Amino acid sequence: MPRPAPRPALSGTRIRALRTARRLGQADLARMAGVSPSYLNLIEHNRRRASAPVLEAIARALQIPAEALDERAGDAQIQILRAAAARAQPGTEPEVDRADELVGRFPGWAALLAQLQALAEAQERIIERLSDRMAHDPNLSASLHEIVSAVTSVQSTAAILAESEDLEPEWRALFHRNVHDDSVRLANAAEALVAFLDTSSEETGLAAPQEELESWLERQGFHVAAVETGGDWAALIAGQAELASAAARSLARDWLARAHEDARALPVAQLMPVLLRVFTAGAGFAPEDLARHFGVGLAQLFRRLATLPPEPGIPRFGLAICDGSGTLTFRRPIEGFQLPRFGGACPLWPLYEALLRPDRPVRAPVEFAGRPPGRFIAHAVAGARDPLRFEPPFAWEASMLVTPASVAGAPGEGEAVRALGSSCRVCPRELCPARREPSIVSG
Amino acid sequence: MSHDGAEASGGGGTADVAPVSGRRGAGRRVLVVEDEPNISEAIRFILRRDGWEVAIEATGTGALARIGAEAPDLVILDVMLPGASGFEILRALRGQPGTARLPVILLTAKGSAQVREQAMAAGASMFIAKPFANAELLAAVRQLVGV
Repeated sequence: MPRPAPRPALSGTRIRALRTARRLGQADLARMAGVSPSYLNLIEHNRRRASAPVLEAIARALQIPAEALDERAGDAQIQILRAAAARAQPGTEPEVDRADELVGRFPGWAALLAQLQALAEAQERIIERLSDRMAHDPNLSASLHEIVSAVTSVQSTAAILAESEDLEPEWRALFHRNVHDDSVRLANAAEALVAFLDTSSEETGLAAPQEELESWLERQGFHVAAVETGGDWAALIAGQAELASAAARSLARDWLARAHEDARALPVAQLMPVLLRVFTAGAGFAPEDLARHFGVGLAQLFRRLATLPPEPGIPRFGLAICDGSGTLTFRRPIEGFQLPRFGGACPLWPLYEALLRPDRPVRAPVEFAGRPPGRFIAHAVAGARDPLRFEPPFAWEASMLVTPASVAGAPGEGEAVRALGSSCRVCPRELCPARREPSIVSG
Repeated sequence: MSHDGAEASGGGGTADVAPVSGRRGAGRRVLVVEDEPNISEAIRFILRRDGWEVAIEATGTGALARIGAEAPDLVILDVMLPGASGFEILRALRGQPGTARLPVILLTAKGSAQVREQAMAAGASMFIAKPFANAELLAAVRQLVGV
């Protein structure tokens, strides 16, 4: 009994389409491929599945690569063509039901269409991510605000100067000075913007691997449910739009493995009730007590707190991790605690103080410059990344947990609030002794 | 033009000029809530020349108290302010019976339709995007106070 054709767009249909396109008779092709015409007839009607050697012989006779007759490849291509058809503008009506014919008869055109469809999808993802970055990037936002402020001041002041012929000398001098100051501001802000856009076009025009990872985590609210139970990391990160580079996928695998270890040491079922008690009692947040309670290190606790699932009554925590060179290796921002996208962070962060004195944790109430300024309690600690290693080289790592002051409790007695920033470039604290370079925003 | 003993002070600070009597403002009071000193300086000059009495507040946190204490005839309110945003201040003003109808011009660096809608929803009497023309701001102040 002949087998029914299990799927559309099988190799048989394609062979038939290609043969007729070449104006070859069934008998001619059968002869060229070394099979009987009746057998070829069965194949063409998808009543027989051709063996690999027969398919190769037919492909040779049709002068096409054997892969072009591979059923799965053809199906994948048809799926892509259907996706392309779904984007058709009104007035264009692609013959979706004849996609298999297109693939069979015009494999080159079909492949080109599929390629264009994949390209369009990739470009849409890039545009989406770039516009997302533009909307949320603190550096860009600060640059643009600075430019608009300076332009507003220059325009209004210059108009006063131009339109007031009888302006007293002292007013004229004041407004000239203001225009001069604001034009300098404008030049600096424009320069910063150019630097930002230059950096943005580096790499694949998109992002450094670490940024790709963070952008992937950000989309998930910095919580990946699979780390609670463990899983197939490779499968989890495959096909994720944000993890475009192999380097980012490698970082993601490492991150997931570490987060899974953290989750096992601090299971959500045990951690959440304790946290709820801490934050609803309002007795003040002491991570050292939590670490002792669960028998874990502070750094591990910080990582876990910053990547927990959202839960009413439990605040969102910010986290910054740096290596021994001070380079930020992980950034989890929260509102009011913005992290620099490129370049170094504020050198006054308790993170760096901890790095200078490993295994001696730092606690400090801090205020991050911003509109409005954000008040937090920062807890930082540094230590060996692998504490069980005897042989050099030793890799150091510092972690800083940032908790909103509104939930972390008041500063301790004698604890002065430290004035910090994100990075020098966007920090308005002009007289800061740790300043590395001039700011683009005025104080 | 006379500034009635106007004195300019340096450093983008508090240059002072008395309102010119006999102009449209006629001594009515405008509070400018703006953290950019050179912008508030220019606004102050433009309005005082037209006869308005102008006070300046540079923080969001201080704005509500100033408005309560000084009862201005109109407020020019920037959106991006240290302490509290212009939207927050505006919503607070609209929630109080004494200031529910106070004319407020919202100034913002973002002129998108979305921000404009947000401004109107928050209760702005008028919305002006930065950078603005001096004449446009002056006309808005005159119109809202009805002079």
